[in-house]
Amino acid sequence: MTLARRIIPCLDVDAGRVVKGVEFEGLRDMGDPAELGARYNREGADELVVLDISASNQGRGTFLDTIRRVAEQLNIPLTAGGGIRTMEEGRAVLLAGADKVTVNTAAVRRPELISELSQQFGAQAVVLSLDVKRKNGSWEAYVRGGREATGRDAADWGAEAVERGAGEILLTSIDRDGTRSGFDCEVTAKIAQTVPVPVIASGGASTFEDFLAVFTDGRADAALAASIFHLETHPIAALKKFLAERGVPVRQSR
Amino acid sequence: MRIAIIDYGAGNLPSVERALRGLGAETERATEPAQVAAARAIVLPGVGHFGAFVAGLRERKLTEPLQAAHKAKIPILGICLGLQAMFASSEEAPNEPGLGFFPEKVTALPKNVKSPHIGWNQLRRVRESRLLRGVPEDAYFYFAHSFAAPGSAPVTVAACDHGVSFAAVIEAENLFGVQFHPEKSGETGALVLRNFVEWLS
Repeated sequence: MTLARRIIPCLDVDAGRVVKGVEFEGLRDMGDPAELGARYNREGADELVVLDISASNQGRGTFLDTIRRVAEQLNIPLTAGGGIRTMEEGRAVLLAGADKVTVNTAAVRRPELISELSQQFGAQAVVLSLDVKRKNGSWEAYVRGGREATGRDAADWGAEAVERGAGEILLTSIDRDGTRSGFDCEVTAKIAQTVPVPVIASGGASTFEDFLAVFTDGRADAALAASIFHLETHPIAALKKFLAERGVPVRQSR
Repeated sequence: MRIAIIDYGAGNLPSVERALRGLGAETERATEPAQVAAARAIVLPGVGHFGAFVAGLRERKLTEPLQAAHKAKIPILGICLGLQAMFASSEEAPNEPGLGFFPEKVTALPKNVKSPHIGWNQLRRVRESRLLRGVPEDAYFYFAHSFAAPGSAPVTVAACDHGVSFAAVIEAENLFGVQFHPEKSGETGALVLRNFVEWLS
């Protein structure tokens, strides 16, 4: 009996569509979130993450509608977030059908947001989204989609967030994100060994070996990726078979 | 038979409702004591904090009707915090009594493992189970909790280990409980709910 390592596809959503950032091109449309969600549910994903990357507040209602539409397709857990500033916005995301809400920028500015959400909905419903960039042999936490440095050490901020009631950390390496050069196992292992809650590794996934490395060297509890799953080049079932054959406990659909 | 889903003002109601309806069950959201008193079958879902949960039930005057339903042998399925609330009390909120269907105390998961226990885990069967009929021995279920009832409780039919053995599935006459989220546990979770629904008919 073992807790399985989780494989989590991520849908970056803008104006109700799944998008992918492409260098020099801007955003490329990757499809309908509900359709993609249904596909991942069927293909054996362990969980789904939906992030609002529109970064504008006008799209709030559209995003909640997206969560509702995606949640209807799933019988696996759903995590949603992006730009959540207040307890009420967090509540709206959960009431729309998400099981967990992610917070980042607003939580750095006002860490009490984590405590408030955790007291109301439980630590298992609050995920700290921790975006990090390497700096002089350590890692610094960033906000606003990786555009703004906080001056805070990533491990310190992660530990404080957990202390305040975050039940999980979604750790994204900004250095690796979009590079397809593999997860940053070093920072993942560092955070995973610092905090007493599960860590989801994100940023840089390209090959099955990258996932194996982040579960072994990186000590990740879960691994997240977006485009390599959307493009159907890396089927989830094949990835899980690969991991299982190498001794990583995963939930395989029968 | 219509299933009353207890609505205490928070929690993952829509997904539980959708899962039960997907199995052909009729459901209603019970917010009033009279609805609980009239129910022929009850599902008690719950997420969040034990104290807020049992206080929410009490404020809505649902505690006594639930206890009366149990006395009348009405089938009740507790999910996650709903399972924990069936016990006498919880370390999470020592001053808030649970429904007290079982005498044991819910305790925090140990410090030597990651908590919350979040993710898909397997079960260890303790004895024959109605809810797990037809469920493969190695099936995975989705858990998300920091507290748990002791695996040694006599009502445990399947335990799970996460630093400690805890009650993952409980059964005792009309009472059923699962610490995992069947509505979030894919096809195997749906099978557990189906077993409950079929047992009602």
